[in-house]
Amino acid sequence: MSNANQQAVARYKNNFLKEVEERVEEGHWVKMCMQCGVCAGSCPLGPAWEHTPQKIFMMIRAGKRDEVLQSDSMWMCTSCYNCIARCPRKLPITHIMHGLANYAHRLGIAPKGQPTREFATMFWKNLTKRGRTNELMLTLNLYFANGIGPGIQTAMNMQKIGLGMVLAGRLNPMEIFGGHSVKDLKGFHAVLAKAKEIEDRKKGFAS
Amino acid sequence: MAKKEYAFYPGCSSQAKSSAANYLTSVNTMCEKLDIKLNEIPDWNCCGASIGYAEGGELPRLAINARNFAIAEQQLPGQDIVATCAACWLGARESKERLDHTAQLMQETNEALAAAGLKYEGKVAVRHMVEVLIEDLGYDAIKAPVVKPLEGLKIAGYVGCQTNRPFGIAGESFENPKYLDKFIEVLGGEPLEKYEQKVACCGGALAFSEPEKSQKQIRDIVESALDHKAELIVTPCPLCQANVEVYQSEINRKHGTNFAVPVVYYSQLMAVAYGSSAKDAGLNGQLIRTEALEKIANK
Repeated sequence: MSNANQQAVARYKNNFLKEVEERVEEGHWVKMCMQCGVCAGSCPLGPAWEHTPQKIFMMIRAGKRDEVLQSDSMWMCTSCYNCIARCPRKLPITHIMHGLANYAHRLGIAPKGQPTREFATMFWKNLTKRGRTNELMLTLNLYFANGIGPGIQTAMNMQKIGLGMVLAGRLNPMEIFGGHSVKDLKGFHAVLAKAKEIEDRKKGFAS
Repeated sequence: MAKKEYAFYPGCSSQAKSSAANYLTSVNTMCEKLDIKLNEIPDWNCCGASIGYAEGGELPRLAINARNFAIAEQQLPGQDIVATCAACWLGARESKERLDHTAQLMQETNEALAAAGLKYEGKVAVRHMVEVLIEDLGYDAIKAPVVKPLEGLKIAGYVGCQTNRPFGIAGESFENPKYLDKFIEVLGGEPLEKYEQKVACCGGALAFSEPEKSQKQIRDIVESALDHKAELIVTPCPLCQANVEVYQSEINRKHGTNFAVPVVYYSQLMAVAYGSSAKDAGLNGQLIRTEALEKIANK
């Protein structure tokens, strides 16, 4: 368990709601939930959630810290915003789910090997490297995330699609040598580093 | 001089040889015909997309979006930012809203921007190309340049999520937005009267991490279009376009189906109806070729 997680447990003791309100993006909205369940019924991946957003909100209030943060529920969010559009109390549910996922991820207690967690991490590293997404490397890293064997299998299955994209001018094999980039990369990285420093200090991730 | 000028935010997928390169081609053609001038935001960066949250958190995402705003305010003053990608628009607009309404986040973001000598003033507006078409030009202006109406073409207007929720297009409903159908209509095509999957989610970024779950969504979106005899699907979102087009062959391979429904952008429909070549409409960028549109373009 990470140091940041131990510190958070010690700081908030059994008050998980307070922890979420103070440290999770848009977490101060949680207590506004009236348990109607419209979010749960509106989610395109609803059946795949171990705990629906409605249940997550109640679990937070009940202090079920491990059960919430270690769940892979929030990682099922496709960012379709149906829950936000339909919530009668106008809770920013999508953002709270993203915030919970981010918090669990940064504390190091989110499920290991969770595919969306891995892909999301990969995506952020990819885009921050040069300031713009390198779609070829993103695809290759994803295929080979589970090692060379399964990677080759996935690549073989997707070969026709990949080749089709190249022929249609929508995937560039040359991106393996770098690809698109912002020009002021130094400035871009300086902005990012400063933002991360402030965020880490605020949310207790700073070591 | 062009009638309207905007600070253009094309986004990663619209770059040369990227997954929505054909979107940009057709947007450029469409804008030329409509006398819209797009000035690319110099040295813009990625918006963080909808999946950036896990590692990126809140402030880093706000800061990279604010970097684009600051550059646009400084170098293209007075021009609204216009994004063509649904996720870019959403990421940017969400960031703007959060910053403009939260003094602390605004101050912290500007502290981060100062590291690159930038400052976000909170002035610039963030809009989607569809908003520009509807609000600044209007349906009559969209119709005016039509020389090759899309006669007899039945088209499913697949709106999807991110241009529709949570902000959406002013005056439209979340559950049954009509603007894509109206585009089809003024271009001379035939929109579907009913399309159950119009605002369904294609799985978004989870197409990569949860392929089975996402492909189930895509299958429904394609099947519903076919149920209503649509010949092609049109969308305003690059990820919807790519997911719904690209994975049809995977669904066929796994389930023995035989889907091959072309999926195009609204801007491609416009480019063709405005008399452009198939190439200028980006039709050579389709994985599933759209013969019906090519035929009209080559007429």
